Amino acid sequence: MLFRRRRALVCRQAVGLMTDYLDGVLSQRDRERLEAHLADCPHCSEYLAQIKLVAATAGHVEPDDLAPEALDDLVVLYRRWRSD
Amino acid sequence: MSDGDAGLVAALRAGDEEAFATLVTRYHPRLLRFAESLVPNRAVAEEVVQDTWLGVIRGIDRFEGRSSVKTWLFRILVNRARSAGAREHRSDPLGGDVLGDVLDGRFGATGAWIDPPLPWVDAVEDRIVADSIAQRIKGCLGQLPEGQRQVFTLRDIDGIDPAEVCDLLDVSAGNQRVLLHRARAHIRSLISAEMGRD
Repeated sequence: MLFRRRRALVCRQAVGLMTDYLDGVLSQRDRERLEAHLADCPHCSEYLAQIKLVAATAGHVEPDDLAPEALDDLVVLYRRWRSD
Repeated sequence: MSDGDAGLVAALRAGDEEAFATLVTRYHPRLLRFAESLVPNRAVAEEVVQDTWLGVIRGIDRFEGRSSVKTWLFRILVNRARSAGAREHRSDPLGGDVLGDVLDGRFGATGAWIDPPLPWVDAVEDRIVADSIAQRIKGCLGQLPEGQRQVFTLRDIDGIDPAEVCDLLDVSAGNQRVLLHRARAHIRSLISAEMGRD
């Protein structure tokens, strides 16, 4: 009987696909192979969870506060340009 | 468009100084953070951001709303940074596979983990530690190679759409994802090391 089993991913390959997976750009075949690997591999599942946490938490990284004098300088610039 | 950005643009066109101040307060810190990944030092970054606002004032009537205000601001910033001599080519080598070198030595000859990641779960369940992850990411940014830092800042911190990031940085979709992958892996590794979990 001709039956070609899909070659399973190894961990290194699985890790390499994770950003494409999270971006939703993996082919259906690769997505299924990755999900099958993740179902069996607690280490890769943990790694993916940590990567997802980094990506999700990054949106809460606040920039430094705006220095009041920087705002004042820019408003002066704006005022000058408006009056020209 | 962020809440109120459209209204701010309309007010700015009408010459509303308060609208300008609000827009500056909202975006100047983000622009400065990104500018620091484009040019050699903080002083140049500050000049480039100031120049960006000048571009905004002069160009507000030409803004057509085809992108978000945020993306429009970042685009002006990138152009100004290039004019100010920002490095045109990222120094990060994109050779090798997507993994880069952060996980060197972590996989055996078969490709399976020989040094797997230690769980963060216990640590992350601690509310104080979870709250500090954003702070840890902020502290790690300066350690990323510049291309990784630029893509990570735009994608994950500022939430800019992947296609717009490619356009802003003039990189292909594939290279953009390689840089993002390596940046996230790099930061994960630095945070793990800080937690004593790597």
